[in-house]
Amino acid sequence: MIEVKGINKSFGEHHVLKNIDAQFHKGQVNIIIGQSGSGKTVLTKCMVGLHEVDSGSITYDGRDFTSMSFKDKKEIRQDIGMLFQGGALFDSMTVEANVMFPLSMFTDNTTAERKERAQFCLERVNLPNAAQLYPSELSGGMKKRVAIARAIAMNPRYLFCDEPNSGLDPKTGLVIDQLIQEITEEFDITTIVITHDMNSVIEIGENINFIYKGEKWWEGSKEEILRTDNQEVVDFVYASKFMKKVRADLAK
Amino acid sequence: MSRVFKKPEKWSIYRQRIFEEVQNLGYASIGLVSIVSGFMGAVLTIQLAYNIDSPLIPTYTVGLGVRDSLLLEFSPTIISIILAGKIGSSIAGEIGTMRVTDQIDALDIMGVNSTNYLVGPKMIAAMICNPFIVIMSMILGIFGGYIAGILTGEVPGSMFIYGIQYWFQPFYITYALIKTVVFAVIITTVPAYFGYHAKGGALEVGKASTVSVVYSIVIVLIFNLMLTQMLLQ
Repeated sequence: MIEVKGINKSFGEHHVLKNIDAQFHKGQVNIIIGQSGSGKTVLTKCMVGLHEVDSGSITYDGRDFTSMSFKDKKEIRQDIGMLFQGGALFDSMTVEANVMFPLSMFTDNTTAERKERAQFCLERVNLPNAAQLYPSELSGGMKKRVAIARAIAMNPRYLFCDEPNSGLDPKTGLVIDQLIQEITEEFDITTIVITHDMNSVIEIGENINFIYKGEKWWEGSKEEILRTDNQEVVDFVYASKFMKKVRADLAK
Repeated sequence: MSRVFKKPEKWSIYRQRIFEEVQNLGYASIGLVSIVSGFMGAVLTIQLAYNIDSPLIPTYTVGLGVRDSLLLEFSPTIISIILAGKIGSSIAGEIGTMRVTDQIDALDIMGVNSTNYLVGPKMIAAMICNPFIVIMSMILGIFGGYIAGILTGEVPGSMFIYGIQYWFQPFYITYALIKTVVFAVIITTVPAYFGYHAKGGALEVGKASTVSVVYSIVIVLIFNLMLTQMLLQ
């Protein structure tokens, strides 16, 4: 479980995160939603240590990440897999080399063992024949799947996904969502997904945190988010005409 | 900067990265440096021969002048400035693109020291390669001057060879190599810094690349002045 307590983060005069408390549970897909600029990505970057927090604490299964030395943080980071919005695959490497990269860096496995693990991960994301391709030869959905394969290569305990289905068509987005859910259950990891996409929230969301203007505004399940009366959440969830109609139907 | 000099996560990968950068930064620059050096040596010969048009000054002075110009200034400084443009823009562009596409964040989250992984091998590769490239530039520049002297008939071959041997100071080579190694650090780390701190998109990466080359050249010129004063006084 990952727990954040009283997180504050400012950039100059701009107070981006305001006293955020949240718990992200093991074996579940934990969702962070909110409007653009609400502080979701900053919160995630604080959680993985890309930004230092101004105050508050972040604990990974009881280990206080915020007060750790750089060396100890590196150890925790090896337990973290991250899926970036654009995939963040290394352009100069093949798909196989991308997936093998963390294994080459942090394990003493032989090349054959690393290749075997990379192939397993690629098969797990349904890309068994993509090993020798370069990122430039992949579609958006394939890049996301390779990024997932790379993220799980080291058997992470925590998986962060930053808008995993942005830029994808709804069907491919659904495939990525389902893959994230399957991997979370299969490897029993703590998964945190940042998204704007209500399809994802309804499809895979188990523990949903709504961030509004840098504050944690609401928390609940996917069933609860559809029935909440919290006005800011309602305005976000039922922003489109279609969703407004869904809400009207739900009310009947 | 201090993170560049931290112990790498894995020496075998670091070594492999240095070899890759030797290929990218060193080997790939040989063609350009060869052409520029050969032609500059030829032009220097013709210009010197044209300006030393006096029966009181011996012809071999042309060879001596070409040698000293190449060894003291052209090969270490001008070639480093040319390399600042070639490899500097490449380094800033590569690292800047990695920054704006989250590849550097991906390295950091994995627990890799991204500065050390990305910048260290480039710096070491340039420190290894550039002295060889500069020595090659000196040889090709002198050879270009020799050929130009013969083809134009301005300097007989034997006079040119006598000139390049006349009152030779081996310290000039040491001086040139010291400058080259210092410049190698500048032309790799300055663009790397600008690339590493690039923000935004393609436009910002392009700007970072241009600015980094300008800064590299100015810093090289300042260090050139300082080193010349320190080493030749």
